[in-house]
Amino acid sequence: MWKTRIGALLLLIIGGGLGFLIYASEPKLHEGKVVYGQDFAQKFPFKLGLDLSGGVQLVYQADVTSIKPAEVKDAMDSLRDVIERRINTFGVSEPIVQIEEKGGITGPVEERLIVELPGITDVKRAVEMIGQTPKLEFMTERSKAELEAYNNAVEKFKADQAAGKPLVIPAELLAGPYVPTELNGRFLDRANLEFDPTTREPIVSIVFDKEGSDLFAKITKENVGKTVAIYLDRDLGNNEPISAPVVREAILGGKAQITGNFTPEEAKTLVGRLNSGALPVDKLELLSTETISAPLGAKALNAGILAAMWGLVVVAGFLVLWYRLPGVVATVALAIYVILMLVLFKFFGITLTAAGIAGFILSIGMAVDANILIFERTKEELRKGHGVHDAVREGFDRAWTSIRDSNISSIITAIILFWFGSSLIKGFALTFGLGVIVSMFSAITISRVLLFALPFKGHGSVVRALFGSGFFKLK
Amino acid sequence: MFIVKYRKFFFTLSAIVIALSFFAMLTKGFNAGIDFKGGSIIEVAYETRPDFEALKGSLDGAGFADARVQLAGDNDVMVKTHALSEADHQGLTSALSLGGTVQMEEKRFSSIGPTIGKELRSKAWIAIVLVILGIVLFIAYAFRHVSEPISSWKYGAITTFTLLHDIVVPAGVFVWLGKEVDTLFVVALLSIMGVSVHDTIVVFDRIRENLKLKISNDFMVTVGTSLRQTFTRSINTSLTVMLVLAALYFYGPASTKDFSLILWIGIFVGTYSSVFIASPLLVELEKRQNRV
Repeated sequence: MWKTRIGALLLLIIGGGLGFLIYASEPKLHEGKVVYGQDFAQKFPFKLGLDLSGGVQLVYQADVTSIKPAEVKDAMDSLRDVIERRINTFGVSEPIVQIEEKGGITGPVEERLIVELPGITDVKRAVEMIGQTPKLEFMTERSKAELEAYNNAVEKFKADQAAGKPLVIPAELLAGPYVPTELNGRFLDRANLEFDPTTREPIVSIVFDKEGSDLFAKITKENVGKTVAIYLDRDLGNNEPISAPVVREAILGGKAQITGNFTPEEAKTLVGRLNSGALPVDKLELLSTETISAPLGAKALNAGILAAMWGLVVVAGFLVLWYRLPGVVATVALAIYVILMLVLFKFFGITLTAAGIAGFILSIGMAVDANILIFERTKEELRKGHGVHDAVREGFDRAWTSIRDSNISSIITAIILFWFGSSLIKGFALTFGLGVIVSMFSAITISRVLLFALPFKGHGSVVRALFGSGFFKLK
Repeated sequence: MFIVKYRKFFFTLSAIVIALSFFAMLTKGFNAGIDFKGGSIIEVAYETRPDFEALKGSLDGAGFADARVQLAGDNDVMVKTHALSEADHQGLTSALSLGGTVQMEEKRFSSIGPTIGKELRSKAWIAIVLVILGIVLFIAYAFRHVSEPISSWKYGAITTFTLLHDIVVPAGVFVWLGKEVDTLFVVALLSIMGVSVHDTIVVFDRIRENLKLKISNDFMVTVGTSLRQTFTRSINTSLTVMLVLAALYFYGPASTKDFSLILWIGIFVGTYSSVFIASPLLVELEKRQNRV
């Protein structure tokens, strides 16, 4: 008995603790400033889908007909890399650029690129940026005097910034430390990933075409001991070179190697970037656009939260009115269920969408099903004249097969929906499926422990009134 | 139990409702949403909304003759048209602002190409078939030890029938209401199947248990008793689900309003079918089996 009670107390404390954790990790505003729990909150915000946060989703079809099947994956990876770098210049907080392989069952395999930009509604600019041909440029260092002026400008800018002075961007800073050359991606034949035969270190080798070889020879001759910077999409705002190797000697044959402390992954990325003199795929075709303004998203989010709260309140009200004391227990179990789900959403980074919230609300209604089954069974056993303890135990044991079998069908549905899903449906399937699984646990384990911890015995009239159900006296 | 006794009445009722649903689907046809047929939808909010004629005229002039214009709320306008490229989209917003002469804000825009529409359509069908298949196989498995007096595959067959019943009726109601059939609609149908089978399983499970306990030699009495024992539970579970769905309908986001409505109808029909159709059908099958 005491063991159960301690267990019940622990459950309540853990539930309450988790609830507080969720509350505490939400950003709070105090006089316009975020206070307590700020760092923590930034680590674990609720992740909102575009339909709730507002933003743009673009779905592209990549034409890969001229690419060998074995190389499609690499091409798509470097496409994603190129697009991701461009998106980053947008300053979006958490952009998503992902590749999706479609088909197999419903048709030929198709390569899709999905770009999600939360908080951005300027579709026009986004589309223009994504569709552009990448531009690879080779640039050389400025003269000594100019470089000195640049470095001084950087120092001054940093000092000003640290001192909090008004910031002026001088012309030297704007010009950058490199000057353009005639050499660009057009003259690059290809870049390859190789490994040094003795050290096994990754090497990026580049081969220029005839014209490129001459240009490169001229550049390297003039810049021995200096760096040559390679920029990608500089005009789109990517101000960091993708690589800036030092020229060791003049390279005449049009074949160069970049060595350095690469990991194989870094080297592969660099190869992809160097090769993206054109988009790495044949063509990008915009298949669908979805834009939701931030206020509309916020409105939907608030409505979803309100609906969830009302759903909880009416279900709790029904449980308490109909099932009395066990109903109160079921309500507590339901509250813990909601807390557990919120913990999952928050700390496992599950993206919430309007459909996802609908799935969660639906699962609140279904979560109590197991409890209803158990309580109805318990009532029958009470009617047979069993004491409360035995009746409750029997109720749990006998209801189990029904609970298991009926939930499995919902899980099957959720799994198929998840597979079926565009991101919209996936959100629903995930919250719904998780809800079914978690509620099976909460309805059975939690309410069982709580019920057994209650100090009632036998089947006197008080017990019968408390454990009865409906609006009538138990016969 | 009266349900088993008067089963013919409930069978007839369902037959009529199903016939009406099919009639609605055949005569009115499905009003496919843009995600199934491809197309675009834009929602804008004006400071002061221009009148309908002006908007329609401006859209016609800009080459959007197929646009369907709908006024929403006090100052909102929703326009549906074919799938648009980004350039077309700019043309559309310009036409809606009457060439930039009125102030407006774009709240939502989505354009779905026909490729994706086709793909979603075929996926929807596959998903429906897979869900039915998965559930039937599971039921046949779960009831594999039950063979007297009805073999386990018949439990599966009846479940399939009630599943179809439960999705045909809400779909019919939706078609009849002229609501749009989109991805969420299909998701709702699939969820209805999951929940409806939930109910059916609980009743069947009780029958399985009572058969083991041999509470009666008469199958009809066994089924009737099982129904009576699970009746409150069936109603109460569906009631809680319907309560939360009502909350979702009245307070929830606009995008899931239709979704909660169809789920609500489906849960209602699903509960009805598992209590008034599925188990009485078992009795009917048993009677026919014995007659032969």
